[in-house]
Amino acid sequence: MTSTFLGMPTTAPRGVGHLRGDQPFPAAARRSLADPQLRRNLRHATTTIRAKSAAVIAEALDWQQLRDAGAAIKADVMTRLPELLEQLEAAVTRAGGTVHWAADAVEANRIVTELVAATGSDRVIKVKSMATQEIGLNEALEAAGVTPVETDLAELIVQLGDDRPSHILVPAIHRNRAEIREIFLRAMPDVDPALTDDPAALAAAARRYLRQTFLHTPVAVSGANFAVAETGTLAVVESEGNGRMCLTLPDTLITVMGIEKVVPTWQDLEVFLQLLPRASTGERMNPYTSMWTGVTPGDGPQAFHLVLLDNGRSAVLADEVGRQALHCIRCSACLNVCPVYERTGGHAYGSVYPGPIGAILSPQLTGIEDNASLPYASTLCGACFDACPVKINIPELLVHLRAAHVTAQAETYRRVHRDAAAAYTMDHPALYAAAQRAARLTRLAAAAVAACPRRCPAGPSAATCRNRPHRPSANGGQNGEPTRTSARPPPRRHRSHSNHTGRAATGLPTGRRPPRPRRAGVPSHRLSGHRAPMLRRRGGEGG
Amino acid sequence: MRIALFVTCLTDTMFPEAAKATVRLLERLGHEVVFPEGQTCCGQMHVNTGYLDDALPLVRRHVRTFDPYDVVVAPSGSCVGSVRHQHAMVARRAGDERLASRAEAVSERTYELSELLTDVLGIEDVGAYYPHRVTYHPTCHSLRMLRVGDRPLRLLRRVRGLTLVELPAAEQCCGFGGTFAVKNADTSTAMLADKMRHVLSTGADVCTAGDVSCLMHIGGGLSRLRTGVRTVHLAEILASTEAP
Ligand code: SF4
Repeated sequence: MTSTFLGMPTTAPRGVGHLRGDQPFPAAARRSLADPQLRRNLRHATTTIRAKSAAVIAEALDWQQLRDAGAAIKADVMTRLPELLEQLEAAVTRAGGTVHWAADAVEANRIVTELVAATGSDRVIKVKSMATQEIGLNEALEAAGVTPVETDLAELIVQLGDDRPSHILVPAIHRNRAEIREIFLRAMPDVDPALTDDPAALAAAARRYLRQTFLHTPVAVSGANFAVAETGTLAVVESEGNGRMCLTLPDTLITVMGIEKVVPTWQDLEVFLQLLPRASTGERMNPYTSMWTGVTPGDGPQAFHLVLLDNGRSAVLADEVGRQALHCIRCSACLNVCPVYERTGGHAYGSVYPGPIGAILSPQLTGIEDNASLPYASTLCGACFDACPVKINIPELLVHLRAAHVTAQAETYRRVHRDAAAAYTMDHPALYAAAQRAARLTRLAAAAVAACPRRCPAGPSAATCRNRPHRPSANGGQNGEPTRTSARPPPRRHRSHSNHTGRAATGLPTGRRPPRPRRAGVPSHRLSGHRAPMLRRRGGEGG
Repeated sequence: MRIALFVTCLTDTMFPEAAKATVRLLERLGHEVVFPEGQTCCGQMHVNTGYLDDALPLVRRHVRTFDPYDVVVAPSGSCVGSVRHQHAMVARRAGDERLASRAEAVSERTYELSELLTDVLGIEDVGAYYPHRVTYHPTCHSLRMLRVGDRPLRLLRRVRGLTLVELPAAEQCCGFGGTFAVKNADTSTAMLADKMRHVLSTGADVCTAGDVSCLMHIGGGLSRLRTGVRTVHLAEILASTEAP
């Protein structure tokens, strides 16, 4: 195979999707902090879920080993992502599905819109999905004359309220019952005008509306929590069963999945299906875990499309420290324990990814300059690191991104100041003449240095002598070197990026692969296989 | 034992009483405390704000200053956290592996005050007397970076005359976070408001902690609200005796 360098992978494009807010964090937070209802809802919801989650985590005696296993599997995935994705593509295709590669939000939206148009349907039902929110798929579908209907209850509340989600798992965490009732009365078709704010009545109203929609919509769009490379199996984890309706009733199923969601083997799921429910909703086991592999004749959707979404992920992968953010399984434990999130809520973060994970993921997907305030939206208290089921060192990443921002700013300032100084000088003839004289003197000095005899006496002025071997200064270039930041070697990049080939569409590295640390570092309790029988049982249930 | 005091820049500049108390306490317990000249700041503020390159000379200086000592103590969990978890990283990022390993060696000999007392000196009853109602805020970096656990509480429980009251939601951050308090002043204040609410709910006269930075934040809020509740560093409580 020949290698072609396609350049560094690009970040998520501007003007599409929901990764950028319209205000920096401090300003957006100020607005949220002033909302007493929001503050009360957030405090109540996060306190409740924290206690629930802590109780079931305390029961899992091997919790720390499970976390280690989850972290190790994800780290392994990142080192050989390209090959796993190709394996996934082959397995899905073999099972009767079609795989599409989308380099960014624009391409993913176009692919899905065209697939829906080909079915002739003017409506799709949607399973709750972060990836489709990230790319702004609903807006793209609406622009193409297709009505997307969110079927997750909280997402439906957000959609009907013409609102934005504020939590990964509980998108309407900022709404209370009274507000939900008002939203339903205003926006839900054929709703009973005598609707009360009783939770059961609200749920029943949503159920009536959604059942009709499930039965009369031939196309569904979902995200995915996991995809198994070895078998081509996709998995969606949810609590209401509405997701399963979408995944089984329609004729056509389109799944949009971030490329980082792939896991190597079926057995790897056992780790994540134990970690996810306890960390996210505080449940021992997830209520509805749907898994499907391609198409099964006569059962479920007869056309299955998998859209693999990059949208900046390859750029994140290229950063050896930053790529930890791709390990995220979207459990939202870090949001629930974050003292900043608990007070500001999700909207302050601008992006669909709020809280600590948003603070490290959004700036990397968009490039630091488009979300520069987010890495600073943390006191570095470390609660998120302790809570994360896959042990993402969020405080470390926050500091890493702050450093990236400082470096980027230094570049800008230097450029601006140099250009500004040049312009100012040229606009002032006396200064200009002085600068010219100075430039001439520099040339004279350079000529003198060039003529310097070989046995140049060492001394202070000898530093400029070309005959003296240059020793890189040990203190980061403080010896009068003007550009300290550029003196540092450029950040090391993921090796395979210099070997781009193949997947031009996604910008994915698929050339020469890094060595495989397969299973290296996976704690032995996971390898010993003593869980295998449990897994088989559970796998059978999930099918 | 000969112990080097790493005073930390904030304590030295703003709250020298905490440093003086540390010296008084350790000398009362029969140890020799030395103050290595030339120490400044560990560089935590620079690292946490993204100026990692600027922190490098400070790391170098810190390592040079404290390298000769067998035991180093600081009255600050946060600065010890920086020495332990950031110094080697800053050195490695700059490609200075030698500095990194020296920094690691220094960090292994550097202790936060409650760690020094309980782990190294093996003492919980320091012979202190402090007749006040006290609540303890664990501070995030002591709690999660250093994992000091209940060491400070064990020390406080042995102080005669002291009534220790549990702080609700103690493990939640007070909202300081260094430059966070400046860059995100509104959110920081919202967090502080809840911390103060919890402190006041204990009915304590004194809120203590192992970090002057968090105490500065909490104490600033408490004094502006004229609550009458004071913040006092753990070292000051442990240094107090009946005979002044
Ligand atoms: S970063 Fe960790 S804690 Fe936060 S959502 Fe992702 S997996 Fe969960």
